Amino acid sequence: MRTSGSDRLTTETTTARGRGRLVRRKLLGSFLTLVFVLVFNFFLFRVVQTDPIGSLFRGRNVPQETIDDLRTAFGLDEPLITQFVYYVRETAQLNFGVSYQSRQPVWEGITTAVPATVALVGVAAILSAVIGTIGGIVAAWRRNTWRDHAITSGTMVFYAMPDFWLGMILLVGFAVVLGWFPVAGIVDAGSTASGLARFADQAHHMFLPALTLTLAYLGEYTLITRSSLLDVMGEDYLVVARAKGLRDTVVRNRHAVPNALLPVVTLAAINFGFVLSGAIAVEAVFSWPGLGKATADAIRGPDLPMLQGLFLVFSASVIVFNLLADLAYAWLDPRVEP
Amino acid sequence: MTSLAMERRRATVARVWRQFRISRQGTIGLAILGVFILLAVAAPLLADVRELNPVFARGQGNPQWGSPGDFGPLGTDHIRRSVWTQFVWGSRVSLFVGLAATVLTILIGSVVGIVSGFVGGRLDGVLMRLTEWFLVIPFLPLAIVLASVLGRSVWNIIFVIGITSWPSTARLVRAQVLTVKQRLFVDRARSLGAGGGHIVLHHVLPNVSGLILANATLAVPISILTETTLSFLGLGDPSAASWGKTLEEAFVNGAIVRNAWWYFLPAGLGILAVVLAFTLIGRTLEEIANPRLSRRR
Repeated sequence: MRTSGSDRLTTETTTARGRGRLVRRKLLGSFLTLVFVLVFNFFLFRVVQTDPIGSLFRGRNVPQETIDDLRTAFGLDEPLITQFVYYVRETAQLNFGVSYQSRQPVWEGITTAVPATVALVGVAAILSAVIGTIGGIVAAWRRNTWRDHAITSGTMVFYAMPDFWLGMILLVGFAVVLGWFPVAGIVDAGSTASGLARFADQAHHMFLPALTLTLAYLGEYTLITRSSLLDVMGEDYLVVARAKGLRDTVVRNRHAVPNALLPVVTLAAINFGFVLSGAIAVEAVFSWPGLGKATADAIRGPDLPMLQGLFLVFSASVIVFNLLADLAYAWLDPRVEP
Repeated sequence: MTSLAMERRRATVARVWRQFRISRQGTIGLAILGVFILLAVAAPLLADVRELNPVFARGQGNPQWGSPGDFGPLGTDHIRRSVWTQFVWGSRVSLFVGLAATVLTILIGSVVGIVSGFVGGRLDGVLMRLTEWFLVIPFLPLAIVLASVLGRSVWNIIFVIGITSWPSTARLVRAQVLTVKQRLFVDRARSLGAGGGHIVLHHVLPNVSGLILANATLAVPISILTETTLSFLGLGDPSAASWGKTLEEAFVNGAIVRNAWWYFLPAGLGILAVVLAFTLIGRTLEEIANPRLSRRR
């Protein structure tokens, strides 16, 4: 889409106001989505958990009066709408209930697991974005050569396998058979190391799960970068750049790639929202003590309060990062209509 | 439907098939898929289903954790069951769940997309808001939560995948319906007195069906991978062993530490092959339906 000179003039004068409106609209949209998640979460677990107090004391002998008292205390005698108000109030105070398994507050269980997940998936998200984008650039620029075919088919194969299965193979190969890496966990059992030694130990444990996730996420970036760059490669300004006598690498790095990166930036921003929930099965395979493993453990319970809390946190993180992605997009691409 | 329209449609199908056949990736995908459909259909001929029963397997004198060398062709697991039998019969469950979940996905997505695009107005607004919500909520956690709540059965898994993955189809179909709605032949049919139902059935649907088919083919991999992950996390049907279930049992029972690669390698390769096959076929169909795409590939 090309804007003529006069168009541009009028957009520029209204831009600031348009931006403000866009930000407000996006904020409202995200807020409504969050409300939807809350309502959904409340009713979904209400459907199965007709008797939350009963399931709290599953298999234990508790006098009926205690149960009745608790039911009143938790407001379960109230009408559904009042219960919903309670639920929203408690959630807003980060009170997600008590885990069936650990008997600890759900919020505590979640917050202790966050750092491990952010470290693991964060590293993998950054590595896959960088390597995947470079792969896509190489594939598009050398379109239909052996390099392109190797990169495209390679990414499609990684994309087609279950990520946790790739993890199992890497685990058997590099940890069990070769013994280069530990089989499970985040630090050696009983390790008392601190400082740099501890960091090295953690990095050693992180290598295989991070490799698994990086390989699993690569494909998306490669395919999107490649098709976006191929789109740009037909544009007139590249012909002009070449006609000016610029070298191939300059045409690529200064003229083509920057214009092709917009969809990649959006994808990256959206994927950062999935950092918290992105490695459920892979964390389970490597016994990586993060939110993914917490989810897998909660499923086995089933630990419904924990699942409910995790689902809420996962959703909130995606909603927030989607909002940031939308705003970043509007900021980077002036063509986005305010 | 007039015979003229019938003929035109038959010609379209023939044209699509001709274009499909000359595409290398499409043919490869179709060949791989053919092999696995054959495997699933011929399962009773290829492997004795009784081998899935640990009591029977013990009675047969199968070894425990037998490697492919001890017990052909693919070895045995922790309760002496043949891995080959699990692979063959697992293909049925994985393919069935993948296809059925996709049918549900496409059905919901198409209905929402067509209604939203064709009726428009306030209904469109409401449906698109709903679609957006479902798009934003992280897909796998939602599926996990739903599956935990509903219980472990094949039909629940199908339902969960369908209910979580329809939004992207709905958006795509809606966009296509909006452009079809602007076309002259819709105005013409309307001025000749055609009702909404007739227009949707005879004019809109035929013009979006190509897109729906391509989209459906590309949705199968997502369905199969989701089923695999849900089963791996312990949400699969205990009585219907899919490939994902095999992977779960291998992992839970310590196949990794024992280096029993034969237990989990075949199921994963099966998933990889089927997902790849559907991706290749879907991309080819998409290119045929939307020739502008092939410039980019």
